[in-house]
Amino acid sequence: MASTLIKDVIEFTPILLEGAVVTVQVTLASLVLSTLIGLGWALMRTSGIPVLATASKIFVNLIRGIPILVILFYVYFVLPEFGIQLSAFLAGTIGLGIAYSAYMAEAFRSGIEAIDAGQVEAAQSIGMRKWMIMRRVILPQAFKISLPPYGNNLVMMLKDSSQTSAITVAELAMQSKLIAASSFKNMTVFSMGAIGYLLLSIPLIYFVSRLEKKFGKSK
Amino acid sequence: MISIQQIHKAFGDNRVLKGISIDIQQGEVVCIIGPSGSGKSTILRCINGLEAYDDGKILVNGHVVDRDANNIHWIRTHVSMVFQRFNLFPHRTVLQNVIEGPIFVKKEAVESATENGLRLLDQVGLSHKAEAYPGQLSGGQQQRVAIARALAMQPQAILFDEPTSALDPELVGDVLAVMRSLADAGMTMVVVTHEMGFAREVADRVVFMDQGLVVEEGPARELLTNPRHERTQEFLKRVSSSL
Repeated sequence: MASTLIKDVIEFTPILLEGAVVTVQVTLASLVLSTLIGLGWALMRTSGIPVLATASKIFVNLIRGIPILVILFYVYFVLPEFGIQLSAFLAGTIGLGIAYSAYMAEAFRSGIEAIDAGQVEAAQSIGMRKWMIMRRVILPQAFKISLPPYGNNLVMMLKDSSQTSAITVAELAMQSKLIAASSFKNMTVFSMGAIGYLLLSIPLIYFVSRLEKKFGKSK
Repeated sequence: MISIQQIHKAFGDNRVLKGISIDIQQGEVVCIIGPSGSGKSTILRCINGLEAYDDGKILVNGHVVDRDANNIHWIRTHVSMVFQRFNLFPHRTVLQNVIEGPIFVKKEAVESATENGLRLLDQVGLSHKAEAYPGQLSGGQQQRVAIARALAMQPQAILFDEPTSALDPELVGDVLAVMRSLADAGMTMVVVTHEMGFAREVADRVVFMDQGLVVEEGPARELLTNPRHERTQEFLKRVSSSL
């Protein structure tokens, strides 16, 4: 009994590891994408230009109101009808990146809005222009404040990357499902999958809680 | 040098400035005093365009101050400001705070800006804190850094918005001493303050404002010892009795 378990584990580990690598790749790529787009939303929202702020608000709410799975289906199955054919990995990354851009936007916005108005006035009083104030004074301070929610988003994103399995991205959850379907060792396979996610997310969770301690309370 | 002409300003229905006119000459130290809510901080903030005004005109060296015009950045580099709450950049060191404007706004070379910055920090007695962060300094020290930051722009005038109001009483003296030495060096200064002693000793002229109007203005000693208007007399009595 125990020997079959060990044999199964040894047999499944390489395949699941391959999946874990893809999970990390999807997560990191989506992280970059969602950070850039989210920052864009946040800058639009806080620009003081009504058209941009409203557009950002509408897009962010639109994205937040649609399940990640549906966004993934849209990117993977609907875009080809407009001649945009993406690989599963690319579609998964873009879908997840867009979905999380909304949450990243909120993290950045709360950071930007937390900066004291006196900071902007001080920057203005030495002759800085709008974009320089954003770049040199507001964003460096806002990033610190945004780090804890940003880290939390990252943990959520790692787990939600499993949803890309629905559009055939061969990440950890997908590989688990495939092995389970062919070996019927559901208990062993999915337990290993769960442990795989935990091994990835627990260090992250620990890291985020340290960030919170460092930046959460103090300004 | 600074000419304030018939300035009106309202926040919604609240008319805070009702036709203020003040002229400030090169090298002059003008203190603006008055009860809170009299509009004295607002008029100061209008001078460098941090606040818009509804009617009237403010001229700095003959240039109209309009916060939406392109030359507002130019005006701000010539008229610096020191705030009640210091507003130092907390993510930059003391020295970086001072040289931020010269390097990034005036595009000065890093070396000369640093050299000048250290000299200014020395002038305000804080060269030993150059590498510290604002959060590690006392309020009085932070305010002196803020003054050095304002000076680093090599302004023609500095506006002080209640620079000692947020300080513990024992820290006020150091800040006032720095301001006094600036005045002695001939800097044009407009100071909104509650420090009557400073106004009496340092100011060339004192302007008393109440309810959005200039009630009385004149040479510092004369106005503070022999105010003509009843409201000025009342205010000075209240201020001196609270001390």
